[in-house]
Amino acid sequence: MSVDAATVRRIAHLARIAVSEDEVPHLQGELNAMLAFVEQLSEVNVDGVEPMTSVTPMQMKKRQDVVNDGEIADDIVANAPATEGHFFLVPKVVE
Amino acid sequence: MTDLTSLTLAEAREGLADKSFTSLELTDAHLGAIEAARVLNAFVMETPDQARAMAREADAKIAKGDAGPLAGIPLGIKDLFATKGVRTTACSNILGNFVPTYESTVTSQLWRDGAVMLGKLNNDEFAMGSSNETSCFGPVGNPWRRDGSNATLVPGGSSGGSASAVAALLCMGATATDTGGSIRQPAAFTATVGIKPTYGRCSRWGVVAFASSLDQAGPIARSVRDAAMLLRSMAGHDPKDTTSVDIPVPDYEAAIGKSVKGMKIGIPREYRLDGMPAEIEKLWSEGAAWLKAAGAELVEVSLPHTKYALPAYYIVAPAEASSNLARYDGVRYGLREQGKNIIEMYENARAEGFGAEVKRRVMIGTYVLSAGYYDAYYLRAQKVRTLIKKDFEDCFAKGVDAILTPATPSAAFGIGEKGGADPVEMYLNDIFTVTVNMAGLPGIAVPAGKDGQGLPLGLQLIGRPFDEETLFSLGEVIEQAAGRFTPARWW
Repeated sequence: MSVDAATVRRIAHLARIAVSEDEVPHLQGELNAMLAFVEQLSEVNVDGVEPMTSVTPMQMKKRQDVVNDGEIADDIVANAPATEGHFFLVPKVVE
Repeated sequence: MTDLTSLTLAEAREGLADKSFTSLELTDAHLGAIEAARVLNAFVMETPDQARAMAREADAKIAKGDAGPLAGIPLGIKDLFATKGVRTTACSNILGNFVPTYESTVTSQLWRDGAVMLGKLNNDEFAMGSSNETSCFGPVGNPWRRDGSNATLVPGGSSGGSASAVAALLCMGATATDTGGSIRQPAAFTATVGIKPTYGRCSRWGVVAFASSLDQAGPIARSVRDAAMLLRSMAGHDPKDTTSVDIPVPDYEAAIGKSVKGMKIGIPREYRLDGMPAEIEKLWSEGAAWLKAAGAELVEVSLPHTKYALPAYYIVAPAEASSNLARYDGVRYGLREQGKNIIEMYENARAEGFGAEVKRRVMIGTYVLSAGYYDAYYLRAQKVRTLIKKDFEDCFAKGVDAILTPATPSAAFGIGEKGGADPVEMYLNDIFTVTVNMAGLPGIAVPAGKDGQGLPLGLQLIGRPFDEETLFSLGEVIEQAAGRFTPARWW
């Protein structure tokens, strides 16, 4: 399988990465090189094989459903590029 | 005081205990060495004030007689580990000036045991790379150069800063992480020892995530014993990481010097690649001979799905990366760029903040997870991963204690030499190491010799799950036979 220019633009948008028109051919070439490389997996017989979901066989750990953290709003917003009080500021999303 | 930097961690521990020198002297010697080696670009942030404060504290504890196992030992920390109050960037512009308000579990355990932080070490951006050339801080230089050449070589990656700093005697040991070979490949390129423990051994909490089902932290050190000492402090159960395993951490150092007599060592025939350099082949046979001379039994084994590990990795790892890196949106932390609307704001921040390799992997990951392609790529890769793991299980079920392989298909190469036209050329560096991550197993790289140009080469030992001890015992046999290697200083 290989990707065309339109697919590259679609993937970039899904990945939320702005891509300029002159970057598309280069990216297309690189992505197709990677896809050509992984193509060899199609020769493996995977009939009846379970897909791996956990590399170490283990039960998912659970903890008590209680508050064990919090009251650190200053820490949470400390690295934000734009804040007001304890809120993150973003461009208007509702017209 | 310069000679203090040439001690191993174990020797420094003795010197501190018998008051031959103080941690402050030891720390100052390393701070001086770091300053004199800036051309290597191994450190992206030096923290001398914090280092001296921690050293004084360690000296006080040593004087009182309640020193921890790493008391006063100066270490470097890969910039992937969150360090409270100290900038942590994963060497990406998108994290810019991120200053964590918390400490990663692994580093907090090192400080608990008395270690001293010298600063933060360079790495490939988000640990994506095999040469440390994708860092936003620029490439790292390998302290090793080819005989008679002045060309700077890469130290490997992604933990290139860690490997370079340890090899160049800038720190006594370093933290590192390994998703496809990022501890073992740079260790092999710099004649240092690197161990990637079993998945679940070290907590991932506070480590910048790349591919969560593959990422593991581990140490890079100058001897097998030093690596054992560091891993003991780094490992252990952490309720904050649901994949952290709740089993006791053994005293790894006790495994050093333990007899390997009667151990069964597998030599996998699939690792004998066409066109493999004769030097690597020779190193491999030598390593096998050393283990045999120490009483181990060699058996040929087969891991039939080996050749599919790297392609499966290049589906699984980018898929997980695309999901993990979705958090970098310029809202809660990191780089913010303006846009006409919020979507454009995200797109512009990520276009500006991510480097070329990261963009490529996020896009491939997005593609293989997208509607219509998930089954053909991601699901199939996860099934192949099950088969790769089963290959190892079958091998261990036959009584094999560990598997011996080369660590890398070549020695270190020049900056800008690989991957320019085809990213796959760079990816092939991890061909011997990536299987271990796919199967969640422990793997250690130990220096074993040099190539015809005077560059170090390493061997890899792969163990059963949670049996790092056997790797330390076997690694020590190789180290004793091969000796240790130090680069001639040119910086």
